[in-house]
Amino acid sequence: MSKDLSGSKALSWVGQGLLYALFALFIGYFSTSPPYRHLAADQALIKLSFSLHGKLVSECRQRSPEELAKLPPNMRAPMDCKRERSSVTVEIDLDGAPVFRHVSIPSGLSKDGASTVYQRFPVVAGEHRVVVRLKDDQRAAGFNYSREATVTLLPGKILVIDFNLEKGGITLI
Amino acid sequence: MSMSDRSHIVEQSVGLRFYLRLEHGFDAFFGAELNPWRHLGALGFLLFWIISVSGFYIYAVLDTSVEGVYQSIAWLSREQWYLGGVLRSLHRYAADAFVVVTVLHLLREFLLGRFTGFRRFSWLTGVPLIWLIYISGIVGFWLKWDQLAQFSAVATAEWFDALPIFATPLTRNFLSAAAVSDRLFSLFVFVHIGVPLLLIFGLWFHIQRISRAEVLPKRALSLGTLAMLMVLSLAQPVTSQQPADLSLVPSQLGFDWFYLFLHPLMYVTSAGMLWALIVALTLFLFILPLLPHGRASAIARVHPDNCNGCRRCFDDCPYAAITMVPHTNGRPGMQLAEVLPDLCASCGICAGSCPSATPFRSGPELVTGIDMPQMPVSILREDLEERLEKLSGEQKIVVFGCDQGARVADLEERDVASLSLICIGMLPPSFIEYALRGGAAGVLVSGCRGCVYRLGNLWTEERLTGAREPHLRATVDRTRLTIAWADRGEEQALAATLTEFKKTLANTPAHHQIAPPKRMTAHV
Repeated sequence: MSKDLSGSKALSWVGQGLLYALFALFIGYFSTSPPYRHLAADQALIKLSFSLHGKLVSECRQRSPEELAKLPPNMRAPMDCKRERSSVTVEIDLDGAPVFRHVSIPSGLSKDGASTVYQRFPVVAGEHRVVVRLKDDQRAAGFNYSREATVTLLPGKILVIDFNLEKGGITLI
Repeated sequence: MSMSDRSHIVEQSVGLRFYLRLEHGFDAFFGAELNPWRHLGALGFLLFWIISVSGFYIYAVLDTSVEGVYQSIAWLSREQWYLGGVLRSLHRYAADAFVVVTVLHLLREFLLGRFTGFRRFSWLTGVPLIWLIYISGIVGFWLKWDQLAQFSAVATAEWFDALPIFATPLTRNFLSAAAVSDRLFSLFVFVHIGVPLLLIFGLWFHIQRISRAEVLPKRALSLGTLAMLMVLSLAQPVTSQQPADLSLVPSQLGFDWFYLFLHPLMYVTSAGMLWALIVALTLFLFILPLLPHGRASAIARVHPDNCNGCRRCFDDCPYAAITMVPHTNGRPGMQLAEVLPDLCASCGICAGSCPSATPFRSGPELVTGIDMPQMPVSILREDLEERLEKLSGEQKIVVFGCDQGARVADLEERDVASLSLICIGMLPPSFIEYALRGGAAGVLVSGCRGCVYRLGNLWTEERLTGAREPHLRATVDRTRLTIAWADRGEEQALAATLTEFKKTLANTPAHHQIAPPKRMTAHV
């Protein structure tokens, strides 16, 4: 009684097979292709990343006996230290030319958290002169950390510039 | 009021016309019932279950340590290609296909304008599912910890670091091999399993307002899809790329564009731009159903004096818009249908299911238990009578169609009368007998191939074949009835069916003349 106005049954199996195959080809192809190359074949990558707490913006101060007496007994810490920390400034020169300068503000409402930076620099593979300067104390006159190095970066190589006080400050990995 | 007063006839945009051509092209091979375009949501469910089942096995052999995670996945493809390798490939290809059918499902519903009114809930609950699917999938890539995983994880971390919400950049977790710990992969596993669990919950929400939701495609379509994925898995097994090495930028990558396309997009624009795009698109999808979309159609109305609480409308409503409440007449145990306005699609399928919606009822006025104010069954009967009266010729034909499908008005001739209903499921079967007894030589019933209101053509077929109440009486000569499903734009094909039907009727012996209905005695 019911008539579907679709095509005849004769070709339906072949047509279905073809359409399934087309869908499979679509899935199969785009699940791996076209290939993707993030960096050109002759490039390397320099990553600058650090997360560090800048120095306190002011020195701790010894509380006087009178001040301590005014405080509740459980809060009578002898030193009064402001929480706010210095911003961290970083500069990078590459092959003698400045390529990056950034001032990272401490996180947190009271600016007492870590200052962080993440930046990536695709560079042509080969030998490069890298100079990194970092300042984490706003009371200091200049940069209190510095590192210079000549690095040879193979194509695809990642050079990570980090900061680790235990390893002497600025590190190149 | 007459039937021509209705103003909700569906107009088609260019995009919709293009899409319908595509869908109809598939009908030629799959038939309307198995056309995958009409089952994209159900296909999504099927793919989700394939992903889940294959994922269980992969999880069983997964070693979540930094050293073991790559090896354990690679082992599946290398040493156990016949089981673990196939399941891994199925897992991946089904996940890719899941993205494709989800996007197509979204586009289809958008083109068909199915995001407003009673469909708003399904649309709004569907939007977050896109994100859950994406998150589930992309974390799966990271779990194999090859170079593709490394690239994707770092790119995603860089994308999130553009948001000012992390005290320490996520990218620091991938600065060097020393930064990656076993705990990271435990976290990935947690997300890769936890988010799909949320997805199940979301899917359940998504189909809440649909009765008889199709959570699996029809068997032939399910088997075809599974077979296709199996063949693909065997022909092109999924393998890992080189192990992750955080001291190197992955070189040329075999790239899964279904999930990872956001990364290249970010690198050619910026992380901020990508966030802006994604947030704007998501907001657009959320806001779309809330924008003004014209006048809503009148919803079904219950007439308590004519409702005996038979529950047929309750059973047949495609959107669970009818609930049964104690009858207002106070008789113990007797129920009354009640329409939930927010859920009502105004399709009229409930009117077609009502046993009181028979044109043979005597009385000055035909009032049914449940009816559509914009097209009451009484008007349908009057219209049928009028049009039958005006027909001339030996083979008078009555065509019942629907506003969503092929325009049956195009078929009108001196011996052909057409009546277009809101949905063909609104047609009480007794109208066919009424038309035949009123002088029609045959009745052609038409409607859209894949019912816009989901169940209209299915219920119609079942009612006309006697498999569902209210049924067409067995005494009605079936040779004088034909059903042809045709969408808007297929008027010519429907006309060809009508011509063929006329020829058949011409070769059919004259049917036994049953006395016309009392109301029509004067007309015939």
